[in-house]
Amino acid sequence: MFEFPDKTIERSVVELNKSDFVSDQMVKWCPGCGAHAILASIANVFPKIGYRKENFMMVSGIGCSSRFPYYVNTYGFHGIHGRANAIASGVKIANPNLSVWIATGDGDSMAIGGNHFIHIIRRNIDVNIVLFNNQIYGLTKGQYSPTTPMGSVTKTSPQGTIEHPFNPGELVLGAQGTFFARAVDTNVKLMTEVMFEAARHDGTSVIEILQNCIIFADKTHEAITDKEVRDDSQIHLKNGEPLIFGKNKDKGIRLNGSQLEIVTLGENGITEDDLLVHDQYQQDPGVHLMIAKMYPPHFPVALGIIRSAMYPTYDDLVEAQIAKAQHTSKILCVDDLLNSGDTWEIK
Amino acid sequence: MSDQTNFIEKEDVVVKFCGDSGDGMQLAGTLFSDAAALLGLDLATFPDYPAEIRAPHNTIAGVSGFQVHVGRKKIETSGDFVDILVAMNPASLKSNLKWTRPGATIIVDADSFDEATCKKAGYITNPLEDDSLEGYNLVKAPVTMLTRNALQALGIDNKTADRTRNVFTLGIIYHIFSWKLDTTVNYFKTKFKKKPEMIEANKLVLETGYSYADTVETLGSSYHIAKAKMPAGRYRNITGNVATAWGFLAAAERSGRPLFLGSYPITPATEILIELVKHKSLGAKVFQAEDEIAGICSAIGASYTGSLALTTTSGPGLSLKSEAIGLAVMTELPLVIVNVQRGGPSTGLPTKSEQSDLMQALFGRNGEAPVVVIAASTPADCFKYAYESAKIALEHMTPVILLTDGSLGNGSQLFRIPKVADLPSITPPLAEPNDKDYKPYKRDPETLVRKWAIPGTEGLRHRIGGLEKENGSGNVSTDPANHQLMTDLREAKVQKVADFIPEQGIVGDKKGDVLVVSWGGTRGTTEAAVEELQKQGKKISLAHFHHIMPLPKNTHEVLAGFKKIIVCELNSGQFVNYLRMKEPDFKYLQYNKVMGLPFTVTELVARFNEMF
Repeated sequence: MFEFPDKTIERSVVELNKSDFVSDQMVKWCPGCGAHAILASIANVFPKIGYRKENFMMVSGIGCSSRFPYYVNTYGFHGIHGRANAIASGVKIANPNLSVWIATGDGDSMAIGGNHFIHIIRRNIDVNIVLFNNQIYGLTKGQYSPTTPMGSVTKTSPQGTIEHPFNPGELVLGAQGTFFARAVDTNVKLMTEVMFEAARHDGTSVIEILQNCIIFADKTHEAITDKEVRDDSQIHLKNGEPLIFGKNKDKGIRLNGSQLEIVTLGENGITEDDLLVHDQYQQDPGVHLMIAKMYPPHFPVALGIIRSAMYPTYDDLVEAQIAKAQHTSKILCVDDLLNSGDTWEIK
Repeated sequence: MSDQTNFIEKEDVVVKFCGDSGDGMQLAGTLFSDAAALLGLDLATFPDYPAEIRAPHNTIAGVSGFQVHVGRKKIETSGDFVDILVAMNPASLKSNLKWTRPGATIIVDADSFDEATCKKAGYITNPLEDDSLEGYNLVKAPVTMLTRNALQALGIDNKTADRTRNVFTLGIIYHIFSWKLDTTVNYFKTKFKKKPEMIEANKLVLETGYSYADTVETLGSSYHIAKAKMPAGRYRNITGNVATAWGFLAAAERSGRPLFLGSYPITPATEILIELVKHKSLGAKVFQAEDEIAGICSAIGASYTGSLALTTTSGPGLSLKSEAIGLAVMTELPLVIVNVQRGGPSTGLPTKSEQSDLMQALFGRNGEAPVVVIAASTPADCFKYAYESAKIALEHMTPVILLTDGSLGNGSQLFRIPKVADLPSITPPLAEPNDKDYKPYKRDPETLVRKWAIPGTEGLRHRIGGLEKENGSGNVSTDPANHQLMTDLREAKVQKVADFIPEQGIVGDKKGDVLVVSWGGTRGTTEAAVEELQKQGKKISLAHFHHIMPLPKNTHEVLAGFKKIIVCELNSGQFVNYLRMKEPDFKYLQYNKVMGLPFTVTELVARFNEMF
């Protein structure tokens, strides 16, 4: 296991397991909902991360995703629509000793809470955002969301949507995100892996989960997750390794000028050496953005960690400024403050 | 000449400095009030500035003023009418003349009154040359010319010289009061430590103004104000916004809970944010959020994790925070929301003061969402009420809305410095680690307050949120009977705060002909008006409310002692309607004003007189 760079959060002295995080609440998501697999991944990863169980905190907004805190036995706060990221900002700044996890959806964080989403990322507050992207408003029963593909027929778009959807990865990188990963709800192992890496990352980590809504947007990610096509429509990123995919591992992604292109290994003399090698740690987000934007039918979707760059976190800088002020200021208690500057005695 | 000057003994004097924004009037007023304070006078100040940073030159819209009321008596307001007016240009004269007492001394920079500037201010003829100012003691001082001349000797150009014209007028004022110049000279020494030539220049201009006044016969008499009789102690001058910030810092220290402010800049509340962010050495965490909603939501997050959580705003911002206040009500978390009220609705009058957000504070949320509402009444007591708001929020696990207003926030007053150890203790209901009986909504049977289980504490993991909760367990519940119970409990919990606040006080006798009722920032004027009529032998008293929700327990008894009740407020009648709802046994008269201006003592005295 890797050493965690973050020494702020106290680690558990005993080994934890899944049962330490099971809550006593009945899980009320629809049978077959992708959220169940996300919950299973969280239950896998929290004991692995190994912090004291009291130091985990889950925050959510509103939506199907946002019922999450009730189903995990941690400290938890179920907020109001769109505000999970704002609430969690206060949690982490006020108490950096907590490992803060945000469960949010494409409505909660891309629409009503879009402002808080970009600003928590821009500030690089050390939290982990699990973004359940099912491309639909589930809890309000089937209206289109900011990630619904253009043209989709929904309750509020009977003739098809006429809006360009967000690609969450582009939004994260555009907001100067330091960590972005993508996973699918059909792959618990992958979700667990990227959640673990998100926890290790110092700064705002965003994990987009392509999640199926069995009721209102069933098979919305079918072109990516279907067993028949997934080998050709998914590419699993590994740091330091070339971008290879396909059932026969014979396809790759190469940088041609300023654009990505798909090539076939062995054709026209193409070898692995010609392919783009993934560097998740590079500071410049240019190539990360190109990878995040890959989407069927022209490209496979990139899964795994797309970006994981080192930058100072907001919460560390807050603590550093306070420590500096306490070291240099003459005002160390409120009595000092009240008596500072021009004062005079009346007898 | 000066030894022939007559001294007129005064109880109090109102001085106002006004000019173009950028003429340094705020500074001149501040320096004058600091000097007065150090001489032992009581005082209150009020800045009056345009919303625009630099409005067009020499226009009425661009006039910036700073009013100072000094006296030996207790100073309760910044004064209705001005005794000494400094007007740096025609526009500032024009816009302030109606607030200037007949016979007042008006000092103008005569050099700035030409055809163009007079016309820009809306004068048809030059007011210094026609007879329109006959009823005043007019001093036509060539301020610009004399300042430039004085600084020429130091090789200072005219543009730089013109920036010290405010200091010249300050010199004239000091002469009128026969004050020494040292307080202000000391200020220059600190301010211009790195520019010694500016220390010299400002000192020279101050002295030039002082000497100039010596030669002006129209100034005639000098004012003398004896020291004020104030309770012994250490004092300072403080604005309401700074006092609010400091009250919270004191509450954080006394309660042992770290201070967290989530806020978004908005006039006239921004100074609280600016003040708190200076005090990282006291551990204050201040988060300038991306919007008003993130301001309060971050504070709610911080509150859940154990902070004394605050958010500060003004009217429009309170509207944006409404939904989140409901969340704090539902989660029963401590939170103080400060609303430094301004003129509304919408963007309204950002730099003018009003009391028109009372109904919003009381009821402006979806569902039945009771919160404690407290109002400060003077710049200095913003400290006390900020402290009390924090104490109630922390001890009763409830949001508290603290109402101040632009006049209080920007106005200043002398403040007797307390010792933090002498302030009332604050004991939040923290849950103990591994408390086997802990349940998120298990309540103290007396106060109905739930316990605060702070993340990180062993054995207390729990979930709360905005959905209705089952009483006790805190599980999500849609049970009809439980919703009724929780609605009643939330209301009762807030009402029980009445057991912990002081009884309503009365200025004057407990029985009489007229009871004046006021609340919040109008106290200075209502109290002065009532005291004036009391001196005339009228049976009039004042009940000035600081606690609005809940009302003090003796409210009914206070109201019952009088034949007539008149409720005065700077809105169309919000508190009076609240009283009609809460205390329906009485007939209420009302006196209201919604002009973005404070009451004057004069208008209140006139109105109250009609009631006898």
